[in-house]
Amino acid sequence: MSDEAHAPKELISRSDLHGSENKASVPAEDIRLKVEDLSIFYGDVRAVKNVNMSVRTNQVTSIIGPSGCGKSTFIRCLNRMHEVTPGGRVQGKVLLDGQDLYGPGVDPVDVRRRVGMVFQKPNVFPSMSIYDNVASGYRLNGIRDRKLIAEKVERSLKNAAIWDEVKDNLQKPGTSLSGGQQQRLCIARALAVDPEVLLMDEPCSALDPIATAKIEELIHELKEKVTIVIVTHNMQQAARSSDYTAFFYVGELVEFGETQKLFTAPEKRQTEDYITGRFG
Amino acid sequence: MSAMNLAATPSNYPFRKIVQRFAWIGMVLCTSVTVSLLFMILGYVVYNGATAIDWSFLTELPLPPGESGGGIANALVGSILVVIVATLMALPIGLGAAIFINEFPSARLGRTVRFMAEVLTGVPSIVVGLFAYDMVVQPFGAFSGFSGSVAYAFIMVPILVITSHEAFRLVPTSLREASLALGVPKWRTILWVVLPVSKTALLTGAILAVSRALGEAAPMLFTAFGNPFWNLNLSKPIATVPMLIYTYATGPYDDWHQKAWAASFVLMAVVLFTSVLTRTFLRGKSHE
Repeated sequence: MSDEAHAPKELISRSDLHGSENKASVPAEDIRLKVEDLSIFYGDVRAVKNVNMSVRTNQVTSIIGPSGCGKSTFIRCLNRMHEVTPGGRVQGKVLLDGQDLYGPGVDPVDVRRRVGMVFQKPNVFPSMSIYDNVASGYRLNGIRDRKLIAEKVERSLKNAAIWDEVKDNLQKPGTSLSGGQQQRLCIARALAVDPEVLLMDEPCSALDPIATAKIEELIHELKEKVTIVIVTHNMQQAARSSDYTAFFYVGELVEFGETQKLFTAPEKRQTEDYITGRFG
Repeated sequence: MSAMNLAATPSNYPFRKIVQRFAWIGMVLCTSVTVSLLFMILGYVVYNGATAIDWSFLTELPLPPGESGGGIANALVGSILVVIVATLMALPIGLGAAIFINEFPSARLGRTVRFMAEVLTGVPSIVVGLFAYDMVVQPFGAFSGFSGSVAYAFIMVPILVITSHEAFRLVPTSLREASLALGVPKWRTILWVVLPVSKTALLTGAILAVSRALGEAAPMLFTAFGNPFWNLNLSKPIATVPMLIYTYATGPYDDWHQKAWAASFVLMAVVLFTSVLTRTFLRGKSHE
């Protein structure tokens, strides 16, 4: 897409503005995920058509669009979760640090270890305690090093800003927490395995405004450590918490660019209509 | 206001009220017939059986026909032994098939297997016994406890497949996805997420299958055959409780008839006891 061409230059100015410590001087390293000509299918139905976009390292990229526009479908392709759905398949490339996730011989299991995911509804494992939930990324993969796991659990819970609330109840079931806490527990669980990219599929849609505010604050803090792609229904949320925004409409990427620019001076008519509330 | 509206209801209201009353009475009657049938059976067995039970009944061997006294210890142990071996055979097969059906839903084979399991639950148990006779007894040339186990396993597998499949279906997809998204391979996800979440339902299904097998006499007729003596060797004929009940109940002696009732009572008590015990145990566990 033509929106691509001017992006790197803008990035430098923006990251200077924020004073963030990313390697803006080397644009090639700056792109964590590169999506090339990606089409996504459910059986014979093409749900998403020919998407090209780049996700920048240690930035928050939000994906907006009306229901059914393919944004959730799209994000699930970034860690090969789409193919878990019966009939789900893709065409095109998704490059993580230059390596095609859909290349021959690439194991989806390895992809998912590097690209974590937080889902729409909090999905803590009901059979496990708070501690075991966060440790599950290690335990379920057969790692038994107690010291390492204990460190990772504490660090992830702190990173997910839930440590103070749960540190005295780590052995309680994960499902004993409130909805907002459960979602932060899920974020901690995803962070525990040190992913390079964290995908968030409408992480606040089941939460109240206070819990939503906490997650948004968290996203802002997390982007120093991990690249974030977030799908959201909520345009204010996209405007508040992301650096780049992609607008999807009926399975196509309509516009992609800096959040500030996309929301104040969109290039496409459809984008403008959507963000001003004329449809969607 | 609302009272006035109520007063102004259509004129057929009294009639509707009567219909409602009759329908209610009808349903209560149906329910009480169902429940009382269960209690009648239970009560009859308890009334006839409990009186004949003492310690020696549970610990002693049967005496020769015509003599009174003796017990069913060999059949009790035999039943438990045969069912344990049957469970060991049926559980992995049933569970494996259920996992295949549920976790690989696009496979046509899975749907076929589920359908066949449903059909299999309807196969008369005497036919299962004949099949086991053909499969095990004939090649080995002798009746054996093991052939009884095979027959019981045939009865248990479809029950296990169906109950386990239903148990797995209740596990939300979101939990599987949560695990897969952590980079956990599918087989570990099934083993450490799907199975623990559904363990209560799985155990309920297993108990159902075990209870069903424990009470079946027909498949034992030409397999385990029965044995009036002590035997723990599964390659030889072995006594089982339902088989013993069948023999005693159709025998000519009053003492046998009474023993058949007593054995029925013991069988029923064992099934009820294990079922209640495991359920309360699991409930206690999940509330922790």
